[in-house]
Amino acid sequence: MKKMGRLVLGVSGVLTLWGSAWAGDAERLLMATTTSTEATGFLDALAPKVKEVLNIDLQWVATGTGKALELGKRCDADLLLVHAPDVEEAYVQQGYGINRRRLMFNDFVVVGPSEDPARVKNCSIEEAMRRIAGSGAPFVSRGDASGTHVKEKELWRAAGFGNEFAYPGYIETGQGQMATLDIAAQRRAYALTDRATFIKFGQDPSRAASLRVLVEGGEVLINRYSLITVRPEKCPKVRAAAAEKFTDWMVGPQGQAFIEAFRVGGKAVFFPDAQGPQ
Amino acid sequence: MGFLVDAFLKAIHLILRGDPATYSALATTVYVSTVSLAASLLMGIPAGFLLGYVSFPGRRMLRTLVDTLLSLPTVLIGLLVYGLLTRRGPLGRFELLFTVHAIVIGQALLALPIVTALTASAVEALDGRLRVTLLSLGAGPVRRFATSLREARYGVLAAAVTAYGRVLTEVGIAIMVGGNIKWHTRTLTTAIALETNKGDFAAGIALGAILLLLASGVNAILYGLRKRA
Repeated sequence: MKKMGRLVLGVSGVLTLWGSAWAGDAERLLMATTTSTEATGFLDALAPKVKEVLNIDLQWVATGTGKALELGKRCDADLLLVHAPDVEEAYVQQGYGINRRRLMFNDFVVVGPSEDPARVKNCSIEEAMRRIAGSGAPFVSRGDASGTHVKEKELWRAAGFGNEFAYPGYIETGQGQMATLDIAAQRRAYALTDRATFIKFGQDPSRAASLRVLVEGGEVLINRYSLITVRPEKCPKVRAAAAEKFTDWMVGPQGQAFIEAFRVGGKAVFFPDAQGPQ
Repeated sequence: MGFLVDAFLKAIHLILRGDPATYSALATTVYVSTVSLAASLLMGIPAGFLLGYVSFPGRRMLRTLVDTLLSLPTVLIGLLVYGLLTRRGPLGRFELLFTVHAIVIGQALLALPIVTALTASAVEALDGRLRVTLLSLGAGPVRRFATSLREARYGVLAAAVTAYGRVLTEVGIAIMVGGNIKWHTRTLTTAIALETNKGDFAAGIALGAILLLLASGVNAILYGLRKRA
């Protein structure tokens, strides 16, 4: 019996050691974020650096911006990295978030088949949206309240279409950006995408030929990513100190330099944005 | 075709090179599926036995209910467990959301109706004379339970194998309440979903091959058990 007890003690001791080695003594920080930061490998590259410099164990749940904000509202994350400025402002105003800081940007582009049936190449974005809908050409939407979907609806509105927008060629995938691009390629359809995911998409040569960037440029297509800390007054368990430490570092020179240096297949996909007007 | 060959080579590479992220996902998968299966067996075998062996009012209805629960979609279980475990939910203070424990709870709920229904079927299919014989020999309830269960062991084993296959391959629960967090709650299936999102289909299929390898290993062990039983 004594032997048995010792065995149990030994095994549990080893397990505890293993457990603590696994978790480390770093402080855990749970971020809810959007699919593009994960699919590009950005967070995979960032996490070890954050561990080394800040001793923070950065963990993340990647989903659309809409669900990320919802996770924040329900106190299920400490920090949000999202990209839908209008929705974010409302979120902070409703008292769910604090310390919203601009972090980085890239841009949205309209992609489509190279034969360009709606003839949108080099059009303004408003004109392009009107031509796509007018020609009835297929358009693939995320349809998932993600940052890109929010932007897409904004673009339809700006082009003079209503809120409840749909036409026969319009399909909603309800999936991440990469899956949506794949569907666009298969259906020879147009789609709105963030450039980072599109660069990643184009790394596979068999798919690179299927979709082209047709409309780009202009302030309206800028895609801004921000950090928001979940408000501790609403959610007492939030690791606010770690979130603040992380946010300060990310918007500081080192974090911004890290963003600038990050590459996907030799191309920059995110650009530092913390220095501009907040 | 080249695509599949690529994937196969990648699978071998991931295993042999000892890719730590793959092994972490593999370990998480083994852990959550084993613990959730054990929990569902512990509850499901007695429940299934009662359902198949004892007659009581409302038994038919209960049986139909359990059969209906066999069609519970994993995303719905995920959503229900999320509602329970969110910090704003009734069990929020235990802070289980986005941990392996959350996945275990969800997968146990997924496996429970399978174990219960298949155990009940196995017990119902027993030779009716067994019960009469046991009664006439004066066996007590515990003895009758043990002996009947022993006679139904192949059916119960089949229930366990089926339930294991289900929890091993599900992705809806793991992604919703586990969160697919690297090194922590990423399982093989959520890793496949992620590789697909990244557009790395070959890596996704490679992980799928590893999952199948794991399943065949488990089934080989269970088959060995069956031969000895």
